[in-house]
Amino acid sequence: MRDLCNDTGVLIEATGLRLVRGTKHLLDIPHLRLGGPGPTVILGPNGAGKSLLLRCLHGLIRADAGQVRQDGIPLDGRQRMRQAMVFQRPVLLRRSVAANLDFVLRRQGLPRAVRRERIAELLETGGLSGRERQWARSLSGGEAQRLAILRALATEPDVLFLDEPTSALDPGATQAIEALVKQASAKGVRIVMVTHDIGQARRLARDVVVMIGGRIAEHGDALHVFDNATHGTVRRFLAGDLIF
Amino acid sequence: MQEFAQEFRDAFALILAGDAELLAIVLLSLRVSLFAVFFAAVIGMPLGAALAVGRFPGRGALVVLVNALMGLPPVVVGLLVYLMLSRSGPLGVLQLLYTPTAMIIAQVVLVTPIIAALSRQVIEMLDAEYAEQMRSLGLSRFATVPVLLWDGRIALLTALLAGFGRAIAEVGAVIIVGGNINHVTRVMTTTIALETSKGNLALALALGAVLIAIAVTVNALVSLLGQRAEVREAMRNA
Repeated sequence: MRDLCNDTGVLIEATGLRLVRGTKHLLDIPHLRLGGPGPTVILGPNGAGKSLLLRCLHGLIRADAGQVRQDGIPLDGRQRMRQAMVFQRPVLLRRSVAANLDFVLRRQGLPRAVRRERIAELLETGGLSGRERQWARSLSGGEAQRLAILRALATEPDVLFLDEPTSALDPGATQAIEALVKQASAKGVRIVMVTHDIGQARRLARDVVVMIGGRIAEHGDALHVFDNATHGTVRRFLAGDLIF
Repeated sequence: MQEFAQEFRDAFALILAGDAELLAIVLLSLRVSLFAVFFAAVIGMPLGAALAVGRFPGRGALVVLVNALMGLPPVVVGLLVYLMLSRSGPLGVLQLLYTPTAMIIAQVVLVTPIIAALSRQVIEMLDAEYAEQMRSLGLSRFATVPVLLWDGRIALLTALLAGFGRAIAEVGAVIIVGGNINHVTRVMTTTIALETSKGNLALALALGAVLIAIAVTVNALVSLLGQRAEVREAMRNA
C-alpha cells in the first residue's frame, strides 16, 4: 500500500466535523487526513454527504462542530486563498471567455500584458485557444466546465476541489476534463474530487474516501480500497449495486 | 366624423412641421422623466442590491414594502409631495412647488420603488447562482455587489426602462405638483388632459402620438434586450 500520509504537498485535516439538520446527521467525521500528493477521490451514493464535506473543507459551509486545518493551520481567509473549487454546474460570469479568466487575474494585480499572456496560456492548456471573445455562457457543457477549471487554476491554487465536474457530460467531454485534472495534479496541485462514477475514481484516484450516510466508511489507497474494502455497503457500492 | 379626420390631419401637420410649442412640451417631458429615472436609479439600485444580498433584521418586511410601493397611486404621491413642498410644508422654504423640480421629485417617488424592486429581483436571482463561486474566489458579500450589478446589466437596464415608461406616462402626480403652467411645467400628459378638455384635439392628438411612439420604443427596447439575454441563455443550454 502506498503511503497516504507522507507529508509532501498540502495536508488537509478535519477533526470532529459534524453537521446536523433537525434530527439528521448530515456529516459525522471524527477524523480525516488527506496527505500526500493525491488525487483524492471522494466516492459515495447520492446523499452520502460528499459535496457537504467538500464545502466544509473549502470553508463554504461552517460545520456545527469540528475544525478543518490546512498544513496544521485552522482554515481562515488566508488559507482559503490557497484553495479553489469547481462546482458540478459551472458558474460562468455573463462575460466573454477571456473576461472570465481576466476576472481572477485582475484580482491578483497583474498588469494587462501579463494577464493577456496568461489567458492565452490557460486557454491553450484547456483546448480553448481562439475562443477568447466568445460569450462564455454559449460554450458547450464540457467547454464551460473546462473554462471553470481553467479559471480555478488561474488563481494558482495549492488545492483544487472539484464537485462532480463531469456528472452531466458525455465520455469525450469527460476525458478532456480528466486530462486537465491529471495535468494540474502532475504540476503539483492537490486535487480533491467528488464523483459517484466508480470508473472515474479508478482512472484518477491515488487515494479514495468512500462515504455512506454522512460518515467515512472507507479511506485508503485506491487500489487497496477497490480490491479489499471491508465495509459491506462499500463493497456492494463498488461492485455496482444500487445503494440509496 | 369629418371633424375627427381634420383633427388627425392637423395633429400630424403639427408633428411634421416640428411645431415649437409641441417640441418644447416633448423636451420638457423627456427632461423631467430622464432626470427622475436617473435619481430613482441612484437611490433604487443600491437599495435593491442591499435588499438582495444584505441579511439584516426587517429585510423581509422591507422587501414587501418596496414591492407594495410599486403600485403607489400617482395622485396620492402628488398630494404628499404637494404637502411637503407647499408654503406651509416642511420643504416650503425651497419654493419648489409648480416647478419642473417638483415634478421630478414626484416622479422619483413613483419610480424608485419600481427600480428598487426589479433590481432586487434581478440581483437576488443572480446572487443565488453566483454566491458560492464568488465566496470560493475569495470575494466578500460586499465585493460581490459590483459583479452582480455588471453581470445583471441587461436586466437592470430593463428595470430602468420600465421606470422610464412609468414616469413619462404619468399624469396625476405631475399635474398636482407642477400645476400645468404653460411654458413652465406643461408636459405631454398634462397638456393632453388640458387640451382635450378645451376641445383642442389637434395638439392633444399630436402629443398622444409622440407619447405612444416613446412608449412603444421603450417597450421594444425592453423586449429586444430581453430577447438578446434569452438567446444567450438558449445558446448556453443548447
